Order: sequence, then structure tokens, then C-alpha cells
Amino acid sequence: MEIYRAHILVCRGTGCTASGSEPVMEAFEKEIEKHGLSKEVKVLLTGCLGLCELGPNIIIYPEGTYYCRVKPEDVPEIVEEHLVKGRIVERLLYKERAVEERMRALTDINFYKRQKRVALRNCGLINPEIIEEYIANDGYRALAKVLTEMTPQQVIDEVTRSGLRGRGGGGFPTGRKWQFAKDAPGDIKYVVCNGDEGDPGAFMDRSILEGDPHTVLEAMAIAGYAIGAKEGYIYVRAEYPLAVKRLEIAIEQARERGLLGKNILGTGFEFDIFLRLGSGAFVCGEETALLASIEGRRGEPRPRPPFPAIEGLWGKPTLINNVETYANIPPIILNGADWFASIGTERSKGTKVFAIGGKINNTGLVEIPMGTTLREVIYEIGGGIPNGKQFKAVQTGGPSGGCIPASLLDMPIEYDTLTQAGSMMGSGGMIVMDEDTCMVDIAKFFLTFTQDESCGKCPPCRIGTKRMLEILERVTNGEGREGDIELLESLAKNIKASALCGLGQTAPNPVLSTLRYFRDEYEAHIREKKCPAGACKALITYEIIADKCKGCGLCVKVCPSAAITGERRQPHAIDREKCLKCNSCFERCPFGAIAKK
Amino acid sequence: MEMVTLTIDGEKVQVPKGTTILEAARKIGKKIPTLCFLKGINEIGACRMCVVEVKGARALQASCVYPVSEGMEVFTNTPAVRESRKITLELLLSDHNLECPTCIRNLNCELQKLAEELGIKSIRFEGEKHRSRYDDFSPSIVRDTSKCVLCRRCVSTCHKVQGVGVISPNNRGFETMVAPVYDMSLAQVACVNCGQCILACPVGALKEKDDTDRVWQALADPGKHVIVQIAPAVRVSLGEEFGLGRGAIVTKKIPAALRRMGFDRVFDTDFTADLTIMEEGHEFLERLQHGGKLPLITSCSPGWIKFCEHYYPEFLENLSTCKSPQQMFGAVAKTYYAQKIGIDPSRIFVVSIMPCTAKKYECQRPEMRSSGYQDVDVVLTTRELSRMLKEAGINLATLPDEEFDDPLGISTGAGAIFGATGGVMEAALRTVYEVITGRELKNVEFTGVRGVEGIKEATIDIDGMKVNVAVAHGLGNARKLLDRVKNGEASYHFIEIMCCPGGCVGGGGQPILNADERWELDYREVRGSAIYEVDRNMPLRKSHENPAVQQLYKEFLGKPLSEKSHKLLHTHYTRRSRYPEAE
Repeated sequence: MEIYRAHILVCRGTGCTASGSEPVMEAFEKEIEKHGLSKEVKVLLTGCLGLCELGPNIIIYPEGTYYCRVKPEDVPEIVEEHLVKGRIVERLLYKERAVEERMRALTDINFYKRQKRVALRNCGLINPEIIEEYIANDGYRALAKVLTEMTPQQVIDEVTRSGLRGRGGGGFPTGRKWQFAKDAPGDIKYVVCNGDEGDPGAFMDRSILEGDPHTVLEAMAIAGYAIGAKEGYIYVRAEYPLAVKRLEIAIEQARERGLLGKNILGTGFEFDIFLRLGSGAFVCGEETALLASIEGRRGEPRPRPPFPAIEGLWGKPTLINNVETYANIPPIILNGADWFASIGTERSKGTKVFAIGGKINNTGLVEIPMGTTLREVIYEIGGGIPNGKQFKAVQTGGPSGGCIPASLLDMPIEYDTLTQAGSMMGSGGMIVMDEDTCMVDIAKFFLTFTQDESCGKCPPCRIGTKRMLEILERVTNGEGREGDIELLESLAKNIKASALCGLGQTAPNPVLSTLRYFRDEYEAHIREKKCPAGACKALITYEIIADKCKGCGLCVKVCPSAAITGERRQPHAIDREKCLKCNSCFERCPFGAIAKK
Repeated sequence: MEMVTLTIDGEKVQVPKGTTILEAARKIGKKIPTLCFLKGINEIGACRMCVVEVKGARALQASCVYPVSEGMEVFTNTPAVRESRKITLELLLSDHNLECPTCIRNLNCELQKLAEELGIKSIRFEGEKHRSRYDDFSPSIVRDTSKCVLCRRCVSTCHKVQGVGVISPNNRGFETMVAPVYDMSLAQVACVNCGQCILACPVGALKEKDDTDRVWQALADPGKHVIVQIAPAVRVSLGEEFGLGRGAIVTKKIPAALRRMGFDRVFDTDFTADLTIMEEGHEFLERLQHGGKLPLITSCSPGWIKFCEHYYPEFLENLSTCKSPQQMFGAVAKTYYAQKIGIDPSRIFVVSIMPCTAKKYECQRPEMRSSGYQDVDVVLTTRELSRMLKEAGINLATLPDEEFDDPLGISTGAGAIFGATGGVMEAALRTVYEVITGRELKNVEFTGVRGVEGIKEATIDIDGMKVNVAVAHGLGNARKLLDRVKNGEASYHFIEIMCCPGGCVGGGGQPILNADERWELDYREVRGSAIYEVDRNMPLRKSHENPAVQQLYKEFLGKPLSEKSHKLLHTHYTRRSRYPEAE
């Protein structure tokens, strides 16, 4: 084995690849060659580190120095300074906003310090395209353990005792699901992995599949052993080409090494995995729709019971879990249920990966112990709200989740607390909103998504969400009527109660939760025809505050419709007839002389 | 059988395990409203009208698919349940083309009925309606998706009952539309025009192509000699539209009604059914005795014919070359009959009253012009005739009994049973037996081929010769039967296939029963029994004994399978693609 004195880990997740990590990696290879360091320094690709906004991200070991926003032109300097002379390139270090201090190592910065990486344990650390790196990090040890030391029932008992609950949305106890599938009568059974991650902004499953595909394969094989299945299917979005590619490589490598296929590890256990690509329908993340899609039918849900554990793929008992759920399985087997259960809270064990986005400084992927408060996630890990704005609400659970207000910031994050607050865990989306966000507008935004993604099978979802959206449209257009709030509420409650599947039942959540916590904003839109946040175009007008206007003319330059006129060094004025409400002048004015009303 | 005890609205009920809440409720006389539910065919829990509260369940549950369990407590009539059903129905109505008074299904619409039963007095929701399509390119079936409630009953019927599957949901969400692939017209895809989708539709989204105007015009044209034939199955269904009960026999009311409408002569397709038996019976004997292609498969059902052309072209040579009775009628009317009464065939206008929408397609096939003209000018379904009668103020129920006209109105019981599944087989056997043995058949009733079982098999002993026959009705059953023949799992001499479940009595042009009534009553059985009653009451029950048919051979055709017969009464078939032709 070659020994290197330094390793450069270049993140090649989708985020960093998009921001240009591929040329950075090439530049490193070239530069190292040039300096004759090829035998001393190794360049490696890894999966996602989580801080995608700061990409391309690289880490140099053994020091663990973390450089962000690295461009190819920075590479000669890093090689020259860091690798040759041993001097840190300060300007490329991450700067902690709170303390205005450059941080040297990833482990020093708040974003990582407070995380506990179980599902993401290998992401950003190993090369996902090389099975040996996974094996070197305890990979497939859990599979070996169950095959040689445990009975299927012992495996299920371990998972049950760990308290692991489904990470895909519903939060159903994983062990119980496995038990149902094991107990279901039938010779042929299937294991399915739900990788149809559809919540906008959520990418935890993608990061795991891209950064640590073997963990999912290993977990599925363990599940196959536990329930008595010989075949597994991974349903992954076709929009995740990198995940698909790495899964294909991983499956091939696992087969070559006898970790998939017949007679695994010489134990006689047989299990193989096949990929199925989704075509972009959000509803295919619903388990019965997903199974229909795998079977080649129209991807739409069917009523349960029968549950897939009894009657699933091709009518056979089928265990279906999400990517992140599977990623927790090997550590549970290796470290024990007690270890896992010691993380988190009474009713929500372990960790959860969240994709933080919206009006927050550190957007990215974080894995935190259950029970961490929203405040910790948003202010300590997420670095707070940009531009000194006030926090207003956080949406959890993706488009079907709800908006949680500032008064609940100290709420610990658990399945049940989120549900009580009118939201849900969902797959782990977390979108932060500041004072400029209109809550009626945001409810409309999420509903637009779910309405568009309705499969059309049941009327409450197909027509109900459309009617709700139409009401929200007229409210935000200043055409709201008395009674609209009540109409929205009765529709929302009915859809929640009567829609066929989880997508329909949760679609009204953004409306219900914003009505619960921000009802006054709805009332202001309807009664006063005002948008308190100044976000709904139809309800705002722009004015120049004469006292503050210096007559600099910058607003005139940016106005696309020539709506602003005025003498130089004299207060200007906006012609409301011509104004498009594009907000350009508001953003441009250095004196705060433009007012939105 | 394992029994389960549950309570519904506090009332204890014991039902077998696997029963749904809807069925259990019905058992104790509780009606839960349904819309997408079509017993045995469409049980998908989509429309959410049948929701109930199940104690312990998070959301409301669709009772039509929710299985009962021991100790379950169900509530069917709580404020939450009632409100939910109302809102769902109002949502459906808010996206529905509410032209009810002018809709084909006015007063026979399940959506309308639900609105009444649930006490909908206003619709709280308003807004945009889904983009819709009016497709009337098919000669048989018209689709109007502005009225579609997406219950999928037509889809399940087309896929599961008929094994055709040319309609499916297209698009998604609010823009979902039941349509052929890529939103093509039914005329462009391998639809067999059976019209079973129409019978399944709870609203006016699917209907027959209306040809009543063309008939009114012909009747008003003094230059036209307008004659009409009526199919066997219509005499046991038309009365239903006039309150006479399911399967009421109105054979003798029909001539009275049609004369009052202004038809010059009223004839009977049963006459050419007898003629068909003469030709097809001899064709069977010919193939049997001279090594022809077997099994012989009947060819009376135009939906089945088109199905065979699209989906089982390997069986085209097995098809009898006989035209259907309706087309034989047209060909005979515009030749033999025209000569006989001395009217130029160009002046003769032939109208068919059929239980069938596929007949509208059949009469337009290019092969169906052996008289030199289109042999049958217009096909009306039972439903269209009933509408015309109502429009003309003719109440079938109060008319006197009258007879069909000579000579094309003379028939036997064998012709009548063409209307029920197994009937053609039975009629053929009655004649074939006597032709082979030269002896009188004492018991004419071959009960082994009767009834609503999907596939029926029988072996008939004709003087020591064992004739294996099979009967299938509904194309889904036809598929199963043909696949068995294809795979060598079964072997027959003679097969009868009818496109529609129950045979022609269950045709796509027949009066429509709502889902509730279909659950209570097997209309195929009721109308089928009536058909056999018609047969029992006929003085003659074997086709070869029909004096008018004998006369036709003597005066015009010569003998069965003669050259003239071949020209006028036989046809050929076309191999067709299952997929739309590339444009």
C-alpha cells in the first residue's frame, strides 16, 4: 500500500460539482505533478460535506484544514503554500460570522461542531466510487455480523430496540415495519429503497447515495436477511444522475466482491439489488405510488390496507424504507441498539439530517441529534439570519409541512413536537423565513407545488388544492373576500381528513399552520388590502420619501419602465401608473429613500 | 368461514373476514353514498364519497375498500363525515360542466342523484375548470371530458372486463383526463367500439354517437322507403326505459311503436339470425367434414370482430365468414326484398335498432356494401330509440300488441336467443344436429351453454360424434379462452364469442343501470332469462324451420353457401395494428 503524507479531499457532490469542483480537482492533480509531489500527496474525490453554499469545498489532511470557495486559480497557491511550505492559506479559510474569525479546521466551526454524523458518517470522508474505502471504514462489517452471528429475528429485535423511526416522512417505527414484512406469509418478498427524494431543497438522500452508496446496499442486504427476501430495488430519481452512476458502480463492485449476489460471504445467503429510475413525479415518493411505478404502472397511490409489508411489489410482501433510514442500519448493528437509543430523545431516537435553506447564513446539510432545538439549528449551526433581519418562521417537512413561528424556536426537534406544532418531520427540509416574507404568499408558494404535483386520483386533492390555491391567489391579489379564511379552513380540514394519500392529507399544512400562527396577515390582506411584509406585489406601492432622497439618480438608472423622474439633487418621484413594482429602486437606493406601502 | 364482528353506528354486525365496511353496512340496510365504486370492477377508493370514521384511524377511510376487523367501530353518519362528503361533492360539481338539463344523462346521472341525496343546495367553491376534450370522431362513442368525474369506472371496464385497455388517465393533478394514449381520439386507437365504458360511466362523459336526426330526416322524406330491423336483445330491454321493469318482454309493442314513428315496414333481425344459422351451420359442417380450419368461431359480434383483428389476428381464419345478422339483413333488404316489392334499392333506407354501439362502426365498414349501396344506412341503439319514442310522444307501455311485417319479420326461437350469451351456439346446434342426423331434435335446450359464467364448455354427442364447444362473453374472457386455445391447453370444434358481458343483452347500447342497481341485480341474468322465455313461447324454435328463410333460399339464394350467398351474406376480415398508425 502506498503511504502519502497528505490527502486532498475534494468534494464532488452535486453542489460542489456545480460550483466547479471538477476543474479544481484537475488543477490539483496538475499542480502536484508539476511540483513532483505525486508520491507524497494524494487527491481524492468525496461525497458531500454539507456546506454546499460555500463550495467548492476541500479538506487537506492530516491537518484537516478546510478551504472553501476554492477556484482553480487558487490551487497553485494552496500547493505552494500549504503543501510545500506548510503555511495555511488564510484567505480561503471559512470565516465564522458570529466571531469574525477565520477557522482552520472543519471540526472547529459551529456548523460542524454541533452535528452528530451517523447517516452521513462517511460522506465527505471516503471516495464513494471505491468499495475498499467503505470497507476500511467498517463497511459490510454489519452485514458480516448479521450473517454469521445473528438470526433474522435478532436483527429485527436490534432495530426495534434502537427506536429508529422512518426518516422519509411518516416516522413509522422501522423495527415494526421489518417485523410485519418478516411475519407476512409468502415465499417471495422484496426490499425496496425509496430514493425518490422530492421535497424542493431537500437533498439528504441524494448526498448519501452520492457520498456513501454502499451503506444503503449493505443495509438492504441486512433487511433482506431479516425479512427473508432475495431481491431489492432502489427507486432513485432520474434527476440524480451522479447518485445513479455511483449506485451502479457500487452495485457492480459489491457483486464482484461477493457482497451481493449468491452465497454472500460464503454463508449461502442470496441477495441482489436492482435500480429503477423515477421520472420526476413527487407523488412517487408515496410508497404505494412508488411500487406502482416500479411495476411500470402509472405512479399513483392506492388506499391502504393492504400495506406493502403484506401486499407490496407485484402483490408480494415488501419492506420499503427511505435512504436515510437504511443509512442508520449498519451503525445500529455494529454499535448496538443501546448506543443508538442513547442519542436523541425519549420518542425520537438517533439523529436526523436536515437541509437548511432560505433566509439563513449557512445553507446546507446538517445531521443533528433529535431533540436539538430549532434555535440551535438556525442560529448556532445555521449562523442566523443574513443582513440583520428578524427571524419570522421556519418551515419544516417540505412543501407538506407547516410554518413554525419564533415563539416556538426553543422547541426540541422531534417527530411529535413538530406534528403538534402543525408541521412535520417530513424528509427533513428546513426553510427559514425572515421578516420580509409574507406568510400568505409562502403558503401559496408551497400549495402551488403540491397542487401541481397532485396525481389527480382523488377529488379532495385534485380539485380541493386547486380551489385553495385560487383563494390564496385572490387574497394575495387584493381580491380576498370576507369568508375566504373560513372557506380555506373548511377546505383544508376536509382535504386533510379525506384525501387518499399522505400527499393530499398533508398538502393543506402550510395553509393551516400559517392560519394558526399568522392569521392577522391573512386578515390584513383581505380587510385592509395590505401585505404587512410588503411582498405581495398587487398590494404594495412604491413612494420616494422626499426628506431622504438626495436626487442621486441611481433609481432612475435601474428603473426598467422609466417610472422615476426628478431633477438632479432634487427629490425624485415615482409615477405609479408606470411602476412595475419590480423592487429594483428599493434595492438600489443607498439612502433608504424608497418606501413600500 | 372466519367471521368478524364489528359495530356500525353502534349496531353490531357479523360478516365474513375480508368484507369491506361498505358491504357490511349494506348488510344492515345502511346506505353509504358511492361514486367511483362499481362492484367487482372498480374498487379503488378514489372518489372519497364513501368515507366513514373508523375509531382509531387518523383520517377518514374509504368504506368501499376498507376491510372490517374484529371489534372495529365505524361511524357512517357523523357531522365530520357528512361535511366531508358534501365538500368533496361540491368540489366535483365546481369542476363539472353543469349543463344538466341538456345532458344525455339528465335524470339518470349518479352525480345528480348524489347531489340530491346529500342535500347540496349550493356550491361553495368556484374556479377554473379543467381543460376538456370533446371527441366525436369515433363512429360509435363520444367522449366529453368536461363532464368526467375521473371515477375510472370506464378505465377499469375497458382494461379488466374487456381486456382492451385503450383509455387511461393522462396528465396529472387538476389536468388529469381519461383519454386514449397521447390524447388521441378513440377513432385513432385500437378501441373495439363496444360501449361498455358508456354503461360504466356514472355521468354524461361517455355516450353513444347520436344518429337519431338522420332517422328523423329519412322518415320525413317521402322519396324514401324506410324499413327497420330490431335486434333480439332489444325486445327485453326497451321496456326498461318505459318503466316496465328490467328484462320486460316487449316484442309485440315494438312493431306498434315503430309503425307509429312512421317506418314503412317493421322487420326483425331474428329473421336474419335464422339465416345466419343456415349459413354458419353449414359452414361448420363443411369445415368439420372437409378438414377446414377449426375451431370455427362465431362472427355476429362486431366488437369481437374488431378485437380479433387488432389483438388476435392469428385467429382471423377461424372466424366464420358469415356476416352478422344485421348486415345480412341489410344485404337481403336491398336485393331480394327490393326486387320483391319492386322498389329501387337506392330508395330503400335501412335502420337497425341494436343493443350495440359497435354496430354503428360495422355498418360503415367498406365490405358492407354487397347490394351496391351501404347495406344498413343507420344504426340506432336501444337508448336512442327510446329517446325518439319519447320525443314523438309514444308511450311503449300503453301500446297494443302488433306483429312484424312479412317476409323479413318472420323468425324462430333460435333467432331470438342470439341475444344472450351461448345463444348462437345453441341455435346452431339445434340445426346442425338435425342436418347431420336427419332426425328431429326432441329437446332443443342446450342448457350447458347458457348462463353468465364467463367461459362455458360443453361436449355434444351427435350420433356418436363428440363436438367440443366453448362459449365466452366479455372480451376479457375471450382473451382467456383464446390464450388457452393458442397454448394448446384446450381444443374445440366450435367457439361462440360475444364482445359484451352477458352477450347482446348486456350490449353497450342498452339502457344504463346505476352502480347501485348493478350491485343488486345482474342485468345480464335478468335479460338473458327473458330472452329464453321469448324462445320458449315461439311456435318454431329451429332456424331451418323458418318458412320465410326457406322461401328466401327457394326464390333467391338457392342453397346455403351458394355463390349468391357468398356474395351477399359472407365477408372477409382485416389484420389491424394494436398501435395507432404513425402520422
